[in-house]
Amino acid sequence: MLVLSPLLVPLFTAVLTVLLQRHQRAQQGVSIAGAVVLLLCALWLVQEVSSVGRIQLALGNWPLPFAIEFVADRLSALMVIITAVLGLGVLVYQTSIAEPASESAMLHPLLHGLLAAVGGAVLTADLFNLYVWFELMLITVLGLLVVQDGYRHTEAAFKYFALNLLGTLLFLATVAMLYGTTGQLNFSALADAAQHPELKAVIPVYVAMLMSAFLLKAAAFPLFFWLPASYHSLPAPVLALIGGLITKVGIYVLLRLMGEVFIDQPAVFYEALGWIAIATMISGVLGAAYHWDLRRILAFHIVSQIGYLLLAVALATPASGLAGVFFMVHNILAKAALFLIAGIMWQAAGHYDLRRIGGLYPARPLLAVLFLIAGFSLVGIPPSSGFWGKFLLVQESFVQGRYLWGGLALFVGVLTLYSMVKIWLEGFWKPHPQGTAVTATNRQLTPAYAVVLVLALLLLVTGLYPEPLIQYSEAATSMLWQESAP
Amino acid sequence: MTLLVLLSISIVVAAAVYLSLSRDLFRVVIGLTMLGAATNLIVFAAGRFATLTPPLLTTVEDAQAAAVANPLVQALVLTAIVISFALLCFALVLGARLRAQAGNDDVKQMHATEPVAWDSVKPPELEN
Repeated sequence: MLVLSPLLVPLFTAVLTVLLQRHQRAQQGVSIAGAVVLLLCALWLVQEVSSVGRIQLALGNWPLPFAIEFVADRLSALMVIITAVLGLGVLVYQTSIAEPASESAMLHPLLHGLLAAVGGAVLTADLFNLYVWFELMLITVLGLLVVQDGYRHTEAAFKYFALNLLGTLLFLATVAMLYGTTGQLNFSALADAAQHPELKAVIPVYVAMLMSAFLLKAAAFPLFFWLPASYHSLPAPVLALIGGLITKVGIYVLLRLMGEVFIDQPAVFYEALGWIAIATMISGVLGAAYHWDLRRILAFHIVSQIGYLLLAVALATPASGLAGVFFMVHNILAKAALFLIAGIMWQAAGHYDLRRIGGLYPARPLLAVLFLIAGFSLVGIPPSSGFWGKFLLVQESFVQGRYLWGGLALFVGVLTLYSMVKIWLEGFWKPHPQGTAVTATNRQLTPAYAVVLVLALLLLVTGLYPEPLIQYSEAATSMLWQESAP
Repeated sequence: MTLLVLLSISIVVAAAVYLSLSRDLFRVVIGLTMLGAATNLIVFAAGRFATLTPPLLTTVEDAQAAAVANPLVQALVLTAIVISFALLCFALVLGARLRAQAGNDDVKQMHATEPVAWDSVKPPELEN
């Protein structure tokens, strides 16, 4: 039952918030309470898997390759807890006035539906079930886009819909073909079937299709353009949740499928994945360098950071998996923190465009410090958490003799620094172009500041004392790319 | 039978790709929906085609021996059809709303999320 709690709690909360849609305050309260319960369940789950290692649940009492299986191991538990932290943070932030999403009746049910979809996608061990969770994720994100009334949001939703549906359909077609060939949908049964000598020749075709589908979902080069076209129209808290989490779920699934199910693929796949990773990094960071709108800069940085995570998958060893998982945790937190900070900056300075704002350093010194922590983390300046993530990743690529990949990853870090310095100089350092346009008092922003403060503290702690997270991630990724995978 | 289904799937996919590459909003929606239908057919085809034998078996060996259709893919395709139908309804409403708000149905004219740059160096400003 504990394994299912990351789905059941948000789904139950979603139903409750639907029932309470006429009572706005009660709905908000239930919504936050549901997120707290989810966080407690996630903590419990992490504690359980840290001692037991792996909890399985086969639904319907069927024997194993036939039942729909849910598995919580250290890797999925880590994703669950990050989801829960982010979900709670976003809901608390929503109570402030820093660009909250418009409180329509369906906002909270959709947010919890999204949390449930992410929980299901990371916990399931069944390929078709995974497809269903991805569909739920797609439809809730679309819902969150369209509940913000306005032409811009409708257009963003359509762009998001068209390209993501393509990815989902490709995934579904591959699921069908894999089932037709192997007769299995369960991950461990598929891993065994993929080793069958007769299927050795055909499995890589399906793996290539799966990779294409999830690379599209993860916004990798060259199919990332749906992301900067749609994300920036979301309000700050929803943007932090979606921008921080959704693309990383694509990477998580890729890591699990490549590292646990289809471990033995032709070398050209990893080679291609590595170059796609580099191209994603560079195109994302260059797109960010061009833009002046805070949300678009940060949206392009999502693409750029996806490149690092893909590089971890491309290197395909337990050590690179460790780097990838550490980087993923750091990146989700840093990215969400930056989007939330951007929301406060919008409230304090009046616009998202850097050309129209300024003077935040004297007006909001705390915000400036928080931005520095999150921004430096994203760049990877020691002793921030991003430094350890990049260090582990670049070290592993050098160990494998991939000097060009490692070197380019470091170079992209410099360009990331350029974007962060641009935000710093334009948003914080230069005087505001229209004198001061500080609109809100700090008191109304307290929840927003509190959430960003907690995220920044988490980033600082993982940066200054990374050992526990590294050890945990090491245990979580030790089963990746091993012949005797469970 | 298999060849026939294969042919029809490829025809549907070809039509779907043609429609979804169009600039007309609703052609894109219909094209993507047809692509979904083609995918559902692929799921259905994964369970091999057998005509008259129902999948009611007493032992596991029967399933290997008799040329029966696989019931699991039928359950899968049912789920997929429900999802794709819901998405079609959503997409139609989304498209209708988008056309009403944009004033036309040419996707090339929709620039709210990606405004056209007026400066050769600096990006355009988005509305807040």
